[in-house]
Amino acid sequence: MKSSTKTRQPPKGTSTASADLLPERELRRLIETVLRLAKSTGAEETEVQVDEVAGALTRFANNAIHQNVAEHGLTVSIRTVAEGRTARATTNRIDEDSLRAAIEASLSLAHSRPKDPRLLPMPGKQRHRTVNRFIKPTAALSAEDRARAVRRACDLAVKNAQVAAGIYSNGQSQSALGNSRGLFAAYRETHSEFSITVQEGPAASWAKANSADVRAFDPQKLATRASEKSHLAVNARELTPGRYTVILEPAAVLDLVGFLFYDFSATALEDKRSCLNNRMGKQLFGQNISITDDVYHPLQKGAPFDGEGLPRQRVRLVDRGIPKNLVYSRAAAKVVGKQPSGHGFALPNEYGEAPMNLVFAGGDSSLEKMISSTNRGLLVTRLWYIREVDPYEKVMTGMTRDGLFLVENGKVTGAVRNFRFNQSLIEMLKNVELLGPAVRATGEEAFEMVVPAMKVRDFHFSEVTKF
Amino acid sequence: MWDLCTNALDTASLRGAAYGDVRVMHLRQRDLTTKNGQVGTLSQNESIGLGIRVLANGAWGFASTDRLTREGVAACAAQAVSIAKASALAKRSEVVMAPEKSYVDSWQSPFRKDPFEIPLETQLALLLAADGEMRRVKGVTLTETDMQFRKIDSWFASSIGSRIHQRKVISGCGIAATSFKGEEIQKRSYPNSFGGQHALQGYELVDSLDLIRNAPIIAEESAALHSASQCPEKIGTLILGGSQLGLQIHESIGHPIELDRVLGQEANFAGTSFLTLDQLNKLKYASTIVNVVADARLDHGQGLGTFAYDDEGVPAQCTDIIKGGEFCGYLSNRETAHLVGLDRSSGTMRTESWNRLPIIRMTNVSLLPGTWDYDDLILDTQDGILMETNRSWSIDDRRYQFQFSTEIGWEIKGGKKVRMLKNPSYSGLTTEFWNSCDAICKFDHWTLWGTPNCGKGQPMQTMGTGHGASPARFRKVRIGTAFSNQ
Repeated sequence: MKSSTKTRQPPKGTSTASADLLPERELRRLIETVLRLAKSTGAEETEVQVDEVAGALTRFANNAIHQNVAEHGLTVSIRTVAEGRTARATTNRIDEDSLRAAIEASLSLAHSRPKDPRLLPMPGKQRHRTVNRFIKPTAALSAEDRARAVRRACDLAVKNAQVAAGIYSNGQSQSALGNSRGLFAAYRETHSEFSITVQEGPAASWAKANSADVRAFDPQKLATRASEKSHLAVNARELTPGRYTVILEPAAVLDLVGFLFYDFSATALEDKRSCLNNRMGKQLFGQNISITDDVYHPLQKGAPFDGEGLPRQRVRLVDRGIPKNLVYSRAAAKVVGKQPSGHGFALPNEYGEAPMNLVFAGGDSSLEKMISSTNRGLLVTRLWYIREVDPYEKVMTGMTRDGLFLVENGKVTGAVRNFRFNQSLIEMLKNVELLGPAVRATGEEAFEMVVPAMKVRDFHFSEVTKF
Repeated sequence: MWDLCTNALDTASLRGAAYGDVRVMHLRQRDLTTKNGQVGTLSQNESIGLGIRVLANGAWGFASTDRLTREGVAACAAQAVSIAKASALAKRSEVVMAPEKSYVDSWQSPFRKDPFEIPLETQLALLLAADGEMRRVKGVTLTETDMQFRKIDSWFASSIGSRIHQRKVISGCGIAATSFKGEEIQKRSYPNSFGGQHALQGYELVDSLDLIRNAPIIAEESAALHSASQCPEKIGTLILGGSQLGLQIHESIGHPIELDRVLGQEANFAGTSFLTLDQLNKLKYASTIVNVVADARLDHGQGLGTFAYDDEGVPAQCTDIIKGGEFCGYLSNRETAHLVGLDRSSGTMRTESWNRLPIIRMTNVSLLPGTWDYDDLILDTQDGILMETNRSWSIDDRRYQFQFSTEIGWEIKGGKKVRMLKNPSYSGLTTEFWNSCDAICKFDHWTLWGTPNCGKGQPMQTMGTGHGASPARFRKVRIGTAFSNQ
């Protein structure tokens, strides 16, 4: 009876802000514990990655919150090496017995496999550049804060006889990686995101932003933009499919060019599944296209080290339309006698590496300038359900969504029904006529990148849908 | 585990929740891959935690934690209630759920061989042998194989008195050969693309696939595709292989029948649906030979959408979706069932893990077998194209307009497969397409295919769904559009 009574005492001080992360010293202690335990198991080398996430997401639809969630989780991922063999085991239980069991599972997996001829000794201590993307006001945003912002956005929709749906999320995460050769790296960041779709009858439009700093965007401004564009999107008329000049807003650019990122992996070229096979060093894109991978860019996010703990390097991938460089994991670099670029995935894996922080060089054309310079074309808000049709010519298919507008004689003249496209990315990046300033863009098909709006000629729409 | 569940529900009640349900889940996963004769991924993952969903002040809140102590669970439950109260700041009406009974039960999915008990050396040896068979074929430039096994225990408890334990064992396996030549990459996969076949089965699934015999076949096809003719662009007769038809069902029937999409709850991300409520029992979705069910029961087969109870504590059911071509059913949960006036949820609430909120997901959405023998279907086709094994898939956000391409095609003339075609694709509008179906093969050719990678929800959740299908024929389909350049 006594213990039962005790369990009915509610915990004190419950907050709806996301839970605090462990301090770095605790992560280091956890890693050292695993390394100590691994010493007695026969592991020749051990690598430990600790990931912790605390996040919350408020979801709304039909002008009301309908889902509202929070999570906290921590995982310990352990890679051991024995006799030229390696494998990984991951657990979210951090008592010593569970950690020991994970070490033994990793070793057991490793012992069961053949030797890995590409396996290198683990790297030793590295110098990592400090990147500060942990913003306290972002971490402190509460469920009530999010609910109030959502309420304002929904009230706007109600006032305009529209229907709003979307999310408002925030949270914090951290990763630490250490190994038995003395390497240690740690990184933490915050994240926040607001996304809204506003429907007016059968028409819809959309706006979205995300940042480490929740003060970097205004949910109400995004709601206002989606509301206004949704109103513009009513009475969409059907146009004939074909080749059009398009003005792609940054989210539309991002979701398309995002499919290029793995093509810059040295392992993808070695495997002959990259569209850059036999094309490196050639004038593949227009001279106005330059792409860099740069985790340190002020609009980028993510840890400044890779899956083995190597510091990420800034890499110029495309220079004035010519693919110049690839990214390399340690193993891929050794094959071709290059230096690793700090883009490797956690081992063991079959994919090698990839640039995860693409930054496109921008231009100085505003969307307004792109529109005013267009005799006949289409303004594209976002794209949807993009998939690869031809991996070498990089033909992608997908749909326009949430606001496709006709531009005539330098003005937006009305909404049109959504099109399906079948478009080669290589061809598209040859046909870019104007570039906007590069911004942090966020869509739904690719991870966030820094890309500009683009005006592109001869974009291929193959079919039209019913709305 | 039941103590943790009770602790969470008690705390939620004390904090003011009118309803609560809680899931403790223990997930174990093993992943193996090979590439070009070498082991790629070799990993094991274990995760255990608790998620609680509550109704307070007429609105929902959900919180999850991996801190499975009395204090950790109580704090999580209290957080869920606080979140629900915050949700109520932006509510338009009170949440009401369709009634459901309480259940106390324990269930385990059937399997003959526990994949976690099969020696890893045996599993890797099979993958490496299949990999070797593919690499022997001239022209093959990349070989890949994979196996994935999962064991999921879940303990569900709700404040209406349910206590349900379920254990599921899931296996997946596939191989693929890629050939790069000139300016073209061609790929063939077996038994399906994107990871092969996946089912609620043990290691017997792997045993049934005969990887070694099929490896050289797909390897040779991947190399041969380079010299095959390009799939023509035309309006014509299309025969879809079972796995491709499974994905066609998934995209153009399974998603649009989700009531959360229909009611606008997924408008910001996954999209909505053309199947508005006024279409129920009125729309002629398909030709009269088309019958589709959503069936989570074991009787339907051991698919990725098979279970005894959904993650809202509702027993598995079979729901008619299309009967004789008529649209007659949605996928619902307790909340949406009430909203549209149904007596009861159809039992489709599913969650990826303990840290995700259950949402409406497909179960096994299957096209019931027809009457045709496969050989007779080919014999009966004077001029058509057979397409097999998905390569790309895309459909608009209301699920009208779609385009698929497959890895391989075969031209059929005068009742015979006469030549291989490369880069096949087709497109269309959902109801026009399904109304053009004039032949479905019988049960002998029917397979319950697994789609392991269905993404939905915010935060995104990945779920496995099942799709029973046998090869079927469609008339007047737009073919070859993906590679048209007009």
